[in-house]
Amino acid sequence: MLVFIIRRLLQSLLALAVMSLLVFVGVYLIGDPVAILASPDATEVDREQIARALGLDRPLWEQYAVFVGEALRGNFGKSFVFGQPAMGLIFERMGATVELALVATVVSILVGLPLGIYAGLRPDGIAGRSIMAGSILGFSLPTFWVGLMLIMIFAVQLGLLPASGRGQVGSFLGLHSSLFTLNGIVHLILPATTLALVRAATTIRLARAGVREVLHMDYVKFARAKGLPERRVIGVHVLKNIMIPIVTVTGLEIGSVIAFAVVTETIYAWPGMGKLLIDSIVNLDRPVVVAYLIVVLFILVMLNLIVDILYSVLDPRVRLGEQKG
Amino acid sequence: MSETPTLEVRNLQTHFFTREGVLKAVDDVSFTVRAGEIMGLVGESGSGKTVTGFSVLGLVDPPGRIVGGSILFKGEDLAHAGEERLRALRGSRIAMIFQDPMMTLNPVLRVDTQMTEAILAHEQVSERAARARAAAALAMVGIASPEERLLAYPHQFSGGMRQRVAIAIAMLHRPDLIIADEPTTALDVTIQGQILYEVQKLCRETGTALVWVTHDLTVVAGLADTVSVMYAGKIVEQGRVDDVLDRPLHPYTNGLLGSVPSRNRRGQKLRQIPGMTPSLLRLPQGCAFRSRCPRADQACTEMPALAELAPGHLARCVHPHLETAGA
Ligand SMILES: Nc1ncnc2c1ncn2[C@@H]1O[C@H](COP(=O)(O)OP(=O)(O)O)[C@@H](O)[C@H]1O
Ligand code: SF4
Ligand SMILES: [Mg+2]
Repeated sequence: MLVFIIRRLLQSLLALAVMSLLVFVGVYLIGDPVAILASPDATEVDREQIARALGLDRPLWEQYAVFVGEALRGNFGKSFVFGQPAMGLIFERMGATVELALVATVVSILVGLPLGIYAGLRPDGIAGRSIMAGSILGFSLPTFWVGLMLIMIFAVQLGLLPASGRGQVGSFLGLHSSLFTLNGIVHLILPATTLALVRAATTIRLARAGVREVLHMDYVKFARAKGLPERRVIGVHVLKNIMIPIVTVTGLEIGSVIAFAVVTETIYAWPGMGKLLIDSIVNLDRPVVVAYLIVVLFILVMLNLIVDILYSVLDPRVRLGEQKG
Repeated sequence: MSETPTLEVRNLQTHFFTREGVLKAVDDVSFTVRAGEIMGLVGESGSGKTVTGFSVLGLVDPPGRIVGGSILFKGEDLAHAGEERLRALRGSRIAMIFQDPMMTLNPVLRVDTQMTEAILAHEQVSERAARARAAAALAMVGIASPEERLLAYPHQFSGGMRQRVAIAIAMLHRPDLIIADEPTTALDVTIQGQILYEVQKLCRETGTALVWVTHDLTVVAGLADTVSVMYAGKIVEQGRVDDVLDRPLHPYTNGLLGSVPSRNRRGQKLRQIPGMTPSLLRLPQGCAFRSRCPRADQACTEMPALAELAPGHLARCVHPHLETAGA
């Protein structure tokens, strides 16, 4: 188990080194942050001063070396734009993104799992087919288009829901979340639905495929041969088996939900780290982009670990030490 | 003999309505098993033995359906019983043991869960009482330290042990009928013998009627009271075990006996029945065994009826081996 965790961490450190290097080279190739930061009428001397202050006057490899040295001491640099520690900026906005991603994930399971199971039990019925058609739509419609349509219908036409912003944040037991105020929840509905759509579509397909496969297993027939009521056959024998892939995929995909949140946050002006990332890329605010990558990678690594542990809980045949990779 | 048989299957027809056509997996099958009696249901793979068993339990999967005949369980017709009635009988009065013990137990549920749920599905007892009964059932099939083993998952058991668990589950409610579908085929020979012996003992002790499905006639020899031989969805020979094994009437049974080393033929070279079981979708006209039968001729192009050729000994053949029957 420990070996397993250490191996995972080393892999992620390597990934981090490669990705941060890419960001350094990328920003260097795209443009000059100084040009964005300096006012249009700044003199050459002003510019040099800014460059020196940000360490941008040194050769690229030296900048990277300085970054690595500082990062190893836990210092990830200050935002070029805000002059504040980049990590701090990310953390300020992380809560909003994580909240959005988690709510979207929960919604996608609550909606996708029952629909998928139903479609798996009645694959040839009208309802089963409609659910599948819906999930294909959910996959193929672009997030921004769905977001805009939802805004058009529910915010503009019907005027039922707010179209942008995070609303009021309440706190409960030291946690801050918009789930604790009605106004906050109302603001969450549209962005969470938008973000949940693709995940729900995936959950539907996984659940449907899982049910169809598991239903033909001998152990399901044996469960029926024991005289178990159908609700126990489906609700325990089938469900427990299909949950293995669903939990795995959902857990791993929370990372990509956070990444997809970039689009959703932009549409709904949701003050999360996705929106911060976009702003920072536009401003060539390298420290913030790198800090974002570190945080997202960290989240992914943690999710991977949690999923592996959950997996071994759900599937007694799996022992962590035996895993490859 | 006048009491109602535990199971009386009459002219059962179970067909699968597949895209390629109607597959008559079970086509006019009749047999009777009385309390405390053991019937061997014998036939090559694909002859319809498993589907027959599932039909009795009302567990035929679509596109399959019972389309004809009756299944009288202690006089009650299960072919026309409602789902709730069937559920109440399944596991409690009629139990089934499956062929592949590696696939029968749910891999993600502990053995105790899978045993106690089987009790609680039919009886309102406390969890604790159910547990105690599950442990006792494991002990009965020869599993050591049952309390401990209850906490294990199926993958922690060997194939033989898993089959014992399945048998213990089947015995939980002391059913009137057990259908054992090739329960030892997937196991190695020594364990086969043990399990065979134990199931037989348990059934004799409890007066349970047993249908033992197998493709191996030798297994039936020391075990069963009666034998039904199936070929391509039909019973081709039926009778008391000694009659059928010692004086087989049907060329197929004869072939089966030739292809296994039996107690009377030990030392003889194994003989295989030439050819393969024909696809049930493309059966030859008349006797389905025609394409492989050494005795086949023009008369066999018409399906022979199952006829009583000697007292209590039935066969479906135009040219039966009457010369050896000696009756
Ligand atoms: N679910 C199913 N769909 C279509 N055909 C089936 C199905 N189950 C069984 N069959 C067919 O029924 C026939 C008898 O099968 P089975 O009873 O399993 O044979 P046995 O147990 O004697 O080996 C086979 O030809 C098999 O292909
Ligand atoms: S009916 Fe004819 S083909 Fe069929 S088993 Fe008898 S002899 Fe052979
Ligand atoms: Mg079979």
